[in-house]
Amino acid sequence: MRDTVIHKLIDLGKKDKDIELITGDLGFGVLKPFWETLPDQFVNAGIAEQNMTGAAAGMALEGKKVFTYSIGNFPTLRCLEQIRNDCAYHNANVNIICVGGGYVYGSLGMSHHATEDIAILRALPDVTVICPGDPIEAALATEKIANTEGTCYLRLGRGGEKVINTSIREFEIGKAYKIRDAKDLDKKVAVFSTGAILEETAKACDMLEEQGIAVEQYSFPSVKPIDKEVIEDCAKRFDHIFTVEEHNIVGGFGGAVAEVMAESGSKAKLHRIGIDDFYCIKVGSQAYLREQVGIDAKGICSKVKEVVSE
Amino acid sequence: MNSQDLAWLIRRHGIEMTHLSGGSHIGAILSVADIMGVLYTDILKFDSKNPKWDGRDRFILSKGHAGASVYAAIAENGFFDTAELKTHYANGSRLSGHVSHHLPGIDFSTGSLGHGLPVAAGRALAGKQDGKSFRSFVVMGDGECNEGSVWEAAEFANHYKLDNLVAIVDHNHMQSLDYCNNTLEVDMAKRWEGFGWNVIEVDGHNHDELRKALKDTSNSEKKPTVVIAHTVKGKGISFMESDILWHYRFPHDGWEYNCAVNELHKTKPDNVVDPYTPEGCPKCESEPEHCHHTVSETYHPTYYKREVESR
Repeated sequence: MRDTVIHKLIDLGKKDKDIELITGDLGFGVLKPFWETLPDQFVNAGIAEQNMTGAAAGMALEGKKVFTYSIGNFPTLRCLEQIRNDCAYHNANVNIICVGGGYVYGSLGMSHHATEDIAILRALPDVTVICPGDPIEAALATEKIANTEGTCYLRLGRGGEKVINTSIREFEIGKAYKIRDAKDLDKKVAVFSTGAILEETAKACDMLEEQGIAVEQYSFPSVKPIDKEVIEDCAKRFDHIFTVEEHNIVGGFGGAVAEVMAESGSKAKLHRIGIDDFYCIKVGSQAYLREQVGIDAKGICSKVKEVVSE
Repeated sequence: MNSQDLAWLIRRHGIEMTHLSGGSHIGAILSVADIMGVLYTDILKFDSKNPKWDGRDRFILSKGHAGASVYAAIAENGFFDTAELKTHYANGSRLSGHVSHHLPGIDFSTGSLGHGLPVAAGRALAGKQDGKSFRSFVVMGDGECNEGSVWEAAEFANHYKLDNLVAIVDHNHMQSLDYCNNTLEVDMAKRWEGFGWNVIEVDGHNHDELRKALKDTSNSEKKPTVVIAHTVKGKGISFMESDILWHYRFPHDGWEYNCAVNELHKTKPDNVVDPYTPEGCPKCESEPEHCHHTVSETYHPTYYKREVESR
């Protein structure tokens, strides 16, 4: 989805000279098409994320539609106060692109695991948090946020994700998208996911259906604002709601859903599937680490089965 | 109004605002007063009737704790009524202790140090891309230059040849707890030169030197300019000068306030009217012995009149 986003930015940038891409010296191979096509709308700020983000705010205050780009925690945690004070507080149109949400850079080690970013960015007022689930959501979200005032966090996976969300036509900030309806089976659950874990979640849902558990599945590319309507509606109709995220379960997507459910007084029980509040010290690929912490298709499937067969 | 008039009024407002609010940072407000006085009379392009005028020079007071100085400067220039200055720090006021952009004439809020230069650099770059002729100004503190983000931006501004960017360092040689050189020793000018900037050092209380440095910062090498303005913390009030206590303490009722006002009256330009105490303060006893007034639970007496240590 990172290439999809960059190509979408090139399309947008050709039509609108105010589109700016500023990188913290990352994006080898990925950003090349952008800087070759639109060299005057591209800035390499060097390995200096605080300045990248502050400068992005300055450019946005002058009317630019700025996208900052880096990987893992560098465009967010490294320069969090610049996002808070310089971007969000000034309602600057700065869109922070993170490539490598979750365990994308699994083998590189803990420094490169972006696993608390959703919770932290979600805590900032006036920051929209978007975690597209597949390339289609990513492309449509990019166009939307470029032309939306204010600061946005766009948390991407890597390259090569499968297309899952075939029903989406237009990206609406704050809207969840239904991926499948529950089949007419005795056991029914609702499963929500955010971000690129959508692919594993869809696989898990296939497995559950095969094993006699019907699933109403949603992709939530928008974590903040969150689609309360879908959550409240599902909470009325299902006994169990599962959230899936490639992120710590504290404060992230599951936390956001929990807030809505707790306040709406629903009887449905929430089960958060994610990283259970630890730093991953294991070494391995994204697929390996997902499996190790139980957020691959099998892990998601067995967690749901465990609950439903209780 | 000329720069001397405005600088005097900034000092007078600063004393009143911190006195009324119990606010900190009068030392920094006094050290930067001449810089602000010159900027807001002879240097910056602005239109108080149209604060967002696109042709204006961009300005950020990055040492946001000296917010009273920019509030006073823009109020005296007609962006809002000077009477509002007295609400500084008060419940319901628009004038937060550190600079707020929820006011006409201020584009950017500050308060956390090291944020102003990156933003000013981004604005300068955008201005160049769009062929606009404004300059992007930022006033920083010398203690602020401890922040790494300042030097990230310094590299960036040099690389992108932002000769429309002008930084002014209010180099009062003191920071939060001590003299700068007792904290993290640094040769300010060398440091900026090392980052490739056009460096101008001036006496930051000499308006002619400031004007000369700031009037035209264009240079053939397209370098960003830094004006290192050597100043005195607490400048203009003898008992506040170069005393770290006055980074925090506000002029209290009694001799502190009275003497501060009367000292200012000795240098008051003839055509300027003091908006608060036109005749000065009647009672002005001298500073009590042993400076008992300066002892508070958060103040360590050894800081008083501390000198730069030899290292």
